[in-house]
Amino acid sequence: MANKPTKVMMPKLGESVVEGTVTRWLKSEGEAVEEYESLLVVSTDKVDAEVPAPATGVLEAIYVQEGETVEQGTLLALIGEAAVETAVKGDPAHAAKATKEQLHQAFENPHSRPDLPHRAVKAELVDVGLNGAHSIESDANHMTPVVARMVAEHNLDVMQITGTGRGGRITKKDVEAYLEAHGIAPAESELAPWEQPGKGELFSPREGFAAAKPAPKPMKPQTPIASDTNGIPGELVQINRMRQVIAEHMVRSAHTSPHVTTVFEVDMSAVMAHREANKEAFAKQSIKLTLTAYFVAATVTALRGTPTLNAQWRDDGIFVHHVMNIGVAVALPDGLIVPVIKNAQDLSLSGIARALEDLSSRARANQLKPDDAQGGTFTITNHGVSGSLFATPIINQPQAGILGIGVVEKRVKVINDMIAIRPCAYLSLTFDHRIADGTTGDAFLSAVKRTLENWADV
Amino acid sequence: MATNVTNMTLIDAVRAAMDEEMERDPRVFITGEDVGVRGGVFRATQGLIEKHGEKRVVDSPLAEASIIAIGIGAALADLRPICEIQFADFIHPAFNQIVNEAAKMYYRSNGAWSVPMVIRAPYGGGIGGGLYHSQSIEAFFAHVPGLKVVVPSTPYDAKGLLKSAVRDPNPVLYLEPKKGYRAIKGDVPDGDYTVPIGPARVAREGRDVSVFAYGMMAYYAVQAADALAESDDINAEVIDLRTLLPVDKAAILNSVKKTGKALVVYEDNLTMGYGAEVAAIIADEGFEYLDGPVKRLGGPDVPAMPYSHPLESAFMPTPETIAAAIRDVVAY
Repeated sequence: MANKPTKVMMPKLGESVVEGTVTRWLKSEGEAVEEYESLLVVSTDKVDAEVPAPATGVLEAIYVQEGETVEQGTLLALIGEAAVETAVKGDPAHAAKATKEQLHQAFENPHSRPDLPHRAVKAELVDVGLNGAHSIESDANHMTPVVARMVAEHNLDVMQITGTGRGGRITKKDVEAYLEAHGIAPAESELAPWEQPGKGELFSPREGFAAAKPAPKPMKPQTPIASDTNGIPGELVQINRMRQVIAEHMVRSAHTSPHVTTVFEVDMSAVMAHREANKEAFAKQSIKLTLTAYFVAATVTALRGTPTLNAQWRDDGIFVHHVMNIGVAVALPDGLIVPVIKNAQDLSLSGIARALEDLSSRARANQLKPDDAQGGTFTITNHGVSGSLFATPIINQPQAGILGIGVVEKRVKVINDMIAIRPCAYLSLTFDHRIADGTTGDAFLSAVKRTLENWADV
Repeated sequence: MATNVTNMTLIDAVRAAMDEEMERDPRVFITGEDVGVRGGVFRATQGLIEKHGEKRVVDSPLAEASIIAIGIGAALADLRPICEIQFADFIHPAFNQIVNEAAKMYYRSNGAWSVPMVIRAPYGGGIGGGLYHSQSIEAFFAHVPGLKVVVPSTPYDAKGLLKSAVRDPNPVLYLEPKKGYRAIKGDVPDGDYTVPIGPARVAREGRDVSVFAYGMMAYYAVQAADALAESDDINAEVIDLRTLLPVDKAAILNSVKKTGKALVVYEDNLTMGYGAEVAAIIADEGFEYLDGPVKRLGGPDVPAMPYSHPLESAFMPTPETIAAAIRDVVAY
C-alpha cells in the first residue's frame, strides 16, 4: 500500500492572521526530518514562529521559497515516507487488480475481511477508481453532495478540476469556476447572482496543489546600492517583515487618528515604597515586580473612569470595549512588538506582574504566539527605559489611546513650601481626538496620577 | 399606523409592545414576580402599573407553577395574560403547567378551548449571573407541539413578535436574550405593527456560508459576518431564526441551497440543543445542496453556566469564536 506524502501547510498563525512569509527553511529537499522537529521559520506581521514537521520522513519537495508570502492553507512542502520506494515494488497493474477484487469482496461482505480496516478500504477504492492517478491525499477525492450532483449533471471529468477546499477537495465554487472557464452554461437558467460562477479574489485558490506549483516570485535585489538618486554615497538596507509592518502601521495610524498628547508629572514615592516593601515577597512567588506592573494597574483603574479611551472609532459610532486588554510595547533588536495582557481588568498587581514577565520574556525569546500580540484595547509604551523624559507616541490602531511613560528620576519638588527630593516621571497620553477631548484625556491622566501617588495595597 | 421610528433598546421595545397591547385590548394583563411597583427586575414592566393600574399589572407569589396556572385559568376565561418568568432558569417548576396543560389544551378539547397566553422569560448568559440566572431553556420547550417558541434579536422584532404573541390564540413562549436587553438597539416604528410568528429573517445576505442563529447569537453572528467580510473576504449569510417553533424550514433550506454550507450557532449546551434540529433538517431535506458538513457551535456540555468570569467567557460563543467557526466551514 503506497503511503501518501504528508502535506506541510502554511499554518493558521493567529485569529486574524491570514498570510505568512517563509523566512527560512531549516531543512532542504531530500533531507530527513523527525515529527515535531523545526522545519521552517515563518514570519507574519505579528511574530516569527518555527513550524514543526507534521510527520517523520524525507522532505520531498519545497513549493514555497524563502521570502515568499502566501495565504494560510497554502501547501509549502511534502514530507514522504523514507521507506516508500521499496515498499511499492512490483507490478502496479497487478497490485491494483488484486486490490480491486479484495475491495469488492470487502464491500460485499464487510465482516469477511476483519483484517482490512474500513478507512483503508475507502482510500484504496478511490485510488483504484482513478486508475492509479497520483493523488496527494485521499481527502481530495471525496465529493460533497452538491459537487457530485453538478459533476453528474454536466458529465465532467473531476481530474480536470482543481480543488481549492481543505485537503484539495473540490468545492462547489471550483466546479462553478471550471464551468465558467470552459464556457459551459449552468444547468439552470435564471440563476440568482449568488449562483453565478464567482470572480475575483473570493474564488482564487486558497490552497495550492503540487500540480499547480506557483512560479517563484523574483527575489528582491540583494546587492547594496552604492549611491542614492542624488549621487550621495550610502547603502540600501533590506527591511524585514516586522519593519515593513511597523512602517505601514505607523503611516496608517498617523493618517487615521488626529493625535493629541497631554502630559502629567507623577510623584512615584508611594509606588517606589510599595515596590521596595513587596518586591521580595513577590520574588518568593517567582514574580518580578516591575514599575510597569504599577503603570498597567493604574491604567486599568483610570480606564474604568474614562471608558471612551478603551474604545475604538467606527463609522457607526464609538465602540467601547467591555474588557481591558492592555498592550505593553517591548523593544526588540530589529523593531518592537506589543504583547497584550488580556482581561487586565480582572488581574491583581501580582497577576499583572506575572503576565508581564511571561509576555516580555517570551517576546524577547521570539516565542510569542501570534494571539499574544492581538486583541489589545489600549497600549502602554515605557520609553523611559532608554532615558526619555516624555514622548508623543503614535496610537496603536484601532485603539483610542496610548500611554507613554518617561524615565523615573529624582527631582526637586516644592511640597508645602518646602523643597523635597522625590522620584518623578512624566506620563504622556496620546489619544484620538475623534473619540475624546482634552478633558477626557486629562481625567484619565489625573486618575493614573492619583492612583500611583496614593498607592496602597488593595 | 406606524409612521415615525424611535431608536430604542430591546427591553424598551418589549415594554412598548406590552403597553400598546394593554391599551388596545382591555383583556390583556401582566402577572409575575415584582412586575408591579418594582417594574420587574429588568424594568421590562416599569411604569405599566402606574399607567394601567394594579388590576392589570399583578405581582405574583414566588411560585412559577402558580403564575402559569393563573395564566391558563385566566386565558380560559377569555383574558389575555402575559406571564413573566423572572429568569428563564426559574421556569422549570412550571414545566408541568406549560407542557401538560397549556400546550395540549386546544388539541385535547378538540378545538373547544384554547389558551391565548404569553410567557415572557429572559434567558441566556454572559451577564455574570452564574447557575440560576443564565440558562438557555429553549430546547426543552421547542420539543413540545402545541407551544410556539419565539426569540427576538432586534428591537423591531421584539415589539412586533410580542404583539403577535399577545394576539395568538394559543400559548407562546417568548424568550428574551437578556444580555441584549440594553446592548441591542435599533429603530422601532411608533405605534402598531406586528411581525408574524413563523418566518425566519435574513439578517444579512451572503453567498459563501449560511449561519443560523437566534437571540444574542444572531446579533453576534451578524457582527462576525461583517468582520469576516472585511478581513477574510468571506460573505456569510446570517439567518435569524427568531421563531424556533414552528421552525421555518423553507428559509433554512433556501439559504443552504444558495450557499452549500451551514453553521448553526446557539448558546445552549451543544448536545441535543436546538441547533441539532436545524442540522437534521438540512441533512434530511438539503442533502443535495451541501458542499460540506453541517457544523454546530454551541456551549460546552457542562451542567451549568460558570460564575467565574473567565469561565463564563469561555462558555459563551462570541463574535470571534463564531468567525473562527465560519472560516472553518468555508475552508472545507
